[in-house]
Amino acid sequence: MIPGPFDYVRPTSVEEAIAALVEHGDDAKVMAGGHSLLPIMKLRLAMPAVVIDISRIPGMSYVRVEGDEVAIGAGTRHHQLEHDEVARAEVPILPYTASQVGDPQVRHRGTIGGTVAHSDPASDLPTALLALGGTVVVQGPNGRRSIPVTEFWQGFFETALAEDELIIEIRVPRTGSAGWAYEKFTRRANDWPIVAAAAVDGRVALANMAGTVVRATATEEALARGASIAEAAALADQGTSPGADMHADQEYRRHLARLLTRRALEKAAGGAAAAA
Amino acid sequence: MKVTLTVNGQQRSDEVEPRLLLAHYLRDTCGLKATNIGCDTTSCGACTVVVDGLTVKSCTVLAAQADGSQVTTLEGLAGPDGELHPMQKAFREEHGLQCGFCTPGMVMAAIGVVADNPDPSDREVREGLEGNLCRCTGYHNIVRAVQSAAKAGPAAGQVPQSQEVAR
Amino acid sequence: MSILGTRVVRTEDPLFLTRGATYTDDLVDDRLTGALHATFIRSQVAHGRVLSVDASAAREAPGVVAVYTAEDCPDLAPLPAGLPMVPPAMQRPWLATDKVRFVGDIVAVVLTEDRYQGEDAAELVSVDIDPLPTVVSTADAAKDEVLLFEEAGTNVAAVFGGPPPEDFFSGCEVVVRQAVKNQRVAPVPLETRAAAAAWGEDGRVTIWCTNQGAQQAKGEIAGWLGLDPALVHLVTPDVGGGFGAKIGADPEYAFVAWLAQRVGRPVRWTENRSENLLGMLHGRGQDQLVTIGGRRDGTVEAYAIHVDQEAGAYPRVGVILPTLTMLMAAATYAFPKVHASARVLVNNATSIGAYRGAGRPEATAAVERAVDMFAAEIGMDPAEVRRKNLVPPFHEPHTTPSGATYDSGEYVVALEKALEAAGYQELRAEQARRREAGEVKQLGIGLSTYVEITGADTGLGAAESAELEVHPDGTATVLTGTSPHGQGHATAWAMLASDQLGIPVEKITVLHGDTDRIPRGGGTMGSRSLQQGGAAVHQAATELIELARQRAAEQLEADPSDLEVDLTAAGLSVRGTPGSGITFAQLAEKEPLVVQTRFEAAAPTFPFGAHVAVVEVDTESGKAELQRLVAVDDAGIIVNPLLAEGQRHGGFAQGVAQALLEEVLYDADGNPQTSTLADYPFVSPTELPSFELVDMATPTPINPLGAKGIGEAGTIGSTPAVHNAVIDAVAHLGVRHIDMPTTPMKVWRAIQQAQQEGTN
Repeated sequence: MIPGPFDYVRPTSVEEAIAALVEHGDDAKVMAGGHSLLPIMKLRLAMPAVVIDISRIPGMSYVRVEGDEVAIGAGTRHHQLEHDEVARAEVPILPYTASQVGDPQVRHRGTIGGTVAHSDPASDLPTALLALGGTVVVQGPNGRRSIPVTEFWQGFFETALAEDELIIEIRVPRTGSAGWAYEKFTRRANDWPIVAAAAVDGRVALANMAGTVVRATATEEALARGASIAEAAALADQGTSPGADMHADQEYRRHLARLLTRRALEKAAGGAAAAA
Repeated sequence: MKVTLTVNGQQRSDEVEPRLLLAHYLRDTCGLKATNIGCDTTSCGACTVVVDGLTVKSCTVLAAQADGSQVTTLEGLAGPDGELHPMQKAFREEHGLQCGFCTPGMVMAAIGVVADNPDPSDREVREGLEGNLCRCTGYHNIVRAVQSAAKAGPAAGQVPQSQEVAR
Repeated sequence: MSILGTRVVRTEDPLFLTRGATYTDDLVDDRLTGALHATFIRSQVAHGRVLSVDASAAREAPGVVAVYTAEDCPDLAPLPAGLPMVPPAMQRPWLATDKVRFVGDIVAVVLTEDRYQGEDAAELVSVDIDPLPTVVSTADAAKDEVLLFEEAGTNVAAVFGGPPPEDFFSGCEVVVRQAVKNQRVAPVPLETRAAAAAWGEDGRVTIWCTNQGAQQAKGEIAGWLGLDPALVHLVTPDVGGGFGAKIGADPEYAFVAWLAQRVGRPVRWTENRSENLLGMLHGRGQDQLVTIGGRRDGTVEAYAIHVDQEAGAYPRVGVILPTLTMLMAAATYAFPKVHASARVLVNNATSIGAYRGAGRPEATAAVERAVDMFAAEIGMDPAEVRRKNLVPPFHEPHTTPSGATYDSGEYVVALEKALEAAGYQELRAEQARRREAGEVKQLGIGLSTYVEITGADTGLGAAESAELEVHPDGTATVLTGTSPHGQGHATAWAMLASDQLGIPVEKITVLHGDTDRIPRGGGTMGSRSLQQGGAAVHQAATELIELARQRAAEQLEADPSDLEVDLTAAGLSVRGTPGSGITFAQLAEKEPLVVQTRFEAAAPTFPFGAHVAVVEVDTESGKAELQRLVAVDDAGIIVNPLLAEGQRHGGFAQGVAQALLEEVLYDADGNPQTSTLADYPFVSPTELPSFELVDMATPTPINPLGAKGIGEAGTIGSTPAVHNAVIDAVAHLGVRHIDMPTTPMKVWRAIQQAQQEGTN
């Protein structure tokens, strides 16, 4: 399968990229690694008239500590994040989750900005980011703004990103030694999750339980008022609206959400809670 | 548009459509037919090549994206005198290929596995090759080939033209 | 020491590993210069009336040379069903005329200068179809309320046998009955279908296509197009896997040849994977009803199986698969009474064809599940039930109640070897420990014994041709009618010739797949190649030695009976005086030293074995993971263990995949749910362990090599072992059966239901 024809532009600065977005509007699609966009272009589910390849803009790929936060450049590839020493020390759930994306070849190309912009509810890194909290820094013709991750993903393939904006950076709190876990349930190792649960510091996010990645609010509230992990996890699917497909119907997805949440919380708690 | 790539050590420039996939560029423009296309969905890995030291699935990369890059395909592995690359040698000795269709991508991906881990366990080889499908071998002898190549030394994790396969 | 039985590495590999094999899409040939690319437009509706096909916009698109719809080719007669038992009305038009019958039915074809333009133009063909109610399951098809072929008056394509006598199970202390699904799967050779065709000025067409037997493919294409076979030259380039789905030709191949003639230019076609998952034949697709009855002491007294076989929209070879299932119904067992029957139904889905094992895995899966359910019902260890019922070792022909005559078998020995290698008692102890402890991850141990028919006469004769020539430069050429696509015939056939002639393997070239050079051949399928094609090469070498002996006797002025083969010299010498003789190469100097022969197999052979699978099931999520697969596979005498093991490994993987993962799924409207490799769960390296192989070799008297088939055995044995293991892991929770594939959701739900029933 082959993408439909398009014009290709390759800006060398963020400003140039934004100018191209302003010029072409919704005829344009931004491409970084291309591992979310090219597959849907090959299936002709997306047929942009213009592709803006931002992968040659310098300075888009980094992981660094800034105060209480870790800042990750939008162009950071999954395999860079996976092996990044700063990320491993400061926010270990991210490099681990990055290692669970696709397969090595995909991780060599895919970027964190791309997966955030794609807004697939079955995506690994957005699930971990939602559990972490933090912000998505975007830039448009009128400058930069920060969007909390809790507001960024608005629907299946829909985000708070405006047509003329580019994702510049993801900022997450440093979690250091706080317990964390990412529990991904698949049939084959490199599949998209049927359901996944990310837990860090008392917050839980779920993949593939609604039109976007979602927080398990009822679980979080139960934990906050001192409920046991088992009690809290039993509420994980509350407020979700899972779909049905050949891998899982709604009932089974809800079961998996509860099970994976319990396992993630137990793992995050170092297994102590499991024995209690 | 015009792209300039170094393919198996040789630089070349070509006029291409922006939508031309790297896999088709290699096969049809460069005439390097070893790289195969086995799916449409970045699933099978048959089209795996090394771009700037990293394994990629060339059906999901535009030739335009690879502009300025170094690309190594299966054809670029053996020495000028025809001496097999350690990974090619191990695939032959361990019978790691049958119909041969997944093989070019599998060998390139396997080089990436050893670059990442010089002494991989059975499990680690399987996880490293999770993006490459084979219908003939049941993967058994592929795993043995990768382990055997790794034991022979670090060259199994490198491609020629002095571009190391990076992590 | 003979080269036979040694681990010779493949002569094919240096090229495959450095430049890659040359598959149909890789061909660079002067005759294909300027070839057009064909892009088929396929129905996206499973069942419906074609109202209109508007190609006017596509005809104006860049690079488009021609577009054909049904209106544009009225002279193409529909493809006949081709099987005598199928109603003649169940024929396939080249391009859908009044109706479409599955998602993938061809509606139009576009010819463009390059393949990118083809995909663009295909988007512009507007197809208007009025949907009809669909027939997806065999149960729906059997109602005959919605008909795929109104003129046939039924969806039943064939019926084999009737129900068992009413008293078939009377007198049995225990009778267990279960509906068992042997699900539809996709063969997915990594190389998709591809063809190229060019007409010469001599009025002949050369067709290159990926297939499992050039001669059969040529015959089918010539027949479909009404061409004199002498005008068709079919060439099989390297083939990237087949697994049964590339047996013969597909209509698209013939269509490419027809289009090339019509436009007067060469035409090429290579399908993409999405098209492949719709258009290439699928395998299996049986709804079985198994009944097993016997005594509480473990003796089985009667076994019956009824098969409802999906044919898909247009009957192909899938129609006859259940006859193989019926033939092998008695399997490895000495059951006194066995009954089998089948019905084949068309449905709005991709046509069913052969897939690794083709009818025999379905027989084994059914009976092995039945034996396990019987064991569970009477509370006996499944290994013990098998011991009590297996046919005792035999080396003379053994005829079963289902009508097969086995050549040789030692089923109990195979089972005991497998159990010992697996550490069966220790595994059962570990299982008991986990059950006692109520652990989340439970252990399942699954057994299977199997026997299968290989080298069966599929209508083309159980015979194979070979030509062997030694050249003056000391090299040799073997021409074979088999059609390797991964099996390593270039190496194995060279070994067979080398063994007798002393010519090194590296100096022997094996050629196949060119109908001008090799007019007769049976291809590679049904695990027939070594026992017939290899035997033919062996026979050719024997005959070549006799020819050489006569010539050498004249030249050396010696008595022919005094001449013996000198393997070191690759020639003949006078007995007792090494170095006195003449080489085969020298004998080829004056006139060609060449023989043509044909080996006729007196009967098929019946390889057998036993597998033990160990799985771990996460009882909270339902996910089953295969931890070990121990396999005894007895295929008689092995020519090259490296190649034979490779065949087993590949078979295991496909068998495991059917038990755990793979299934082609349609929704209620006949829309495929698994039409890319992102959705079809093709088994990947992470779902498999390395395998544990146990050797066993019981020779067959049927051919001089003593060899049986090995290509399909691994698939046949592994599926039921793994399937039984998954159910065994959760049997203590009250689960009796789970259909394949044992997906996490199905296993979880089975546990839930068993627990609910247990508490009610």
